[in-house]
Amino acid sequence: MKVILRNPRREVDVAGNRRVKDILRELDIIPETVLVICGDDLVTADQVVREGDTIELRPVMSGGGARSR
Amino acid sequence: MKCRKCGEPAVLELRRHNAAFCAPDFLEFFRNQVREAIRKHRMFTRDEAVLVAVSGGKDSLALWDVLIDEGYRTTGLYLDLGIFEYSVESKAKCEKFAAARGVPLLVSAVRDEVGAPVPVIKEVTRRPPCSGCGLSKRYLMNREALEHGMPVVATGHNLDDEAATLFGSVMHWQTDALPRQSPALPSTHPKLVRRVKPLYRLSERETAAFAFLRKIDYIVEECPFAKGATSITHKEILSRLEDASPGAKHNFLFGFLDRARPAFERAESVILNECARCGQVTTGTICAFCKLADQVKRRQGEGHANHRA
Repeated sequence: MKVILRNPRREVDVAGNRRVKDILRELDIIPETVLVICGDDLVTADQVVREGDTIELRPVMSGGGARSR
Repeated sequence: MKCRKCGEPAVLELRRHNAAFCAPDFLEFFRNQVREAIRKHRMFTRDEAVLVAVSGGKDSLALWDVLIDEGYRTTGLYLDLGIFEYSVESKAKCEKFAAARGVPLLVSAVRDEVGAPVPVIKEVTRRPPCSGCGLSKRYLMNREALEHGMPVVATGHNLDDEAATLFGSVMHWQTDALPRQSPALPSTHPKLVRRVKPLYRLSERETAAFAFLRKIDYIVEECPFAKGATSITHKEILSRLEDASPGAKHNFLFGFLDRARPAFERAESVILNECARCGQVTTGTICAFCKLADQVKRRQGEGHANHRA
């Protein structure tokens, strides 16, 4: 799947069907610092994102990007 | 994950509330939190005109959206800071939002009022850009409200903003700043309007989710000067704490407001004067805003003189 990150905008590829919480852990991102967006929907940490999907990790903190742990 | 209220699939988990919500129930939860803030602190009534300070970001536009839907008499105020493309884009977002909802928007430019935009003020004062920016915003918000006969200014400060400010004040034991940290600051002078923060019960992630679900077109890229700001460092620290212990930010802020803040309120009151230059409220003779404008004018004059030489 394609994962879009912001500030600065960039894309990373993550292989396989994965739960959102596992994607965030793999990318070392604190869940509270992002909205996880798939198309026009928000998705929760327990949902599975399929190979071929695109998700956006949109930072919510004023002043920057997603925060690592 | 299921919605706590209706059992439908959830779109957002709120760990600090040990809950998850579907989109309609989250939007209602959000509006209820704003209603509770306004009610608890008697921020404003439906008869009063409210000036909503908007930046084009998620918080202030989410706040304006709720207040419009709740039927309050609102006018937006956009302060053009002159920060390159960021200001151009954020102003366009505010104008688009106001036009789509048929609500009035005032625009005031720091360049016109101080004599230079924020990036130049930063160079002139040799201080962090947030310093001159914050000073200009507070002054202009109050003055615009007074000039347009509005008794209250509402800003989009959220729980994370407030917790980070409190953290910074406590780190330096700025005991004079602690009593001023409040969701609602009353008018203490005929030329000072009330300042209120109706989003103080909601986290940054919650305001971002509200803005997304309401399809509010806000500026996701943040101010280029925010990077490296102390307040951002404090937010990062608090986010790590929140991740390890959900509710930590809420407990920190609400515990202060409920139990600690009264202990810092000083018995003696500050004497407020009117600035000899502009007539706005100050504790001295000339207000900090006029001093800033003087400094900008002086340095720019020096610059022109050097250029001619």
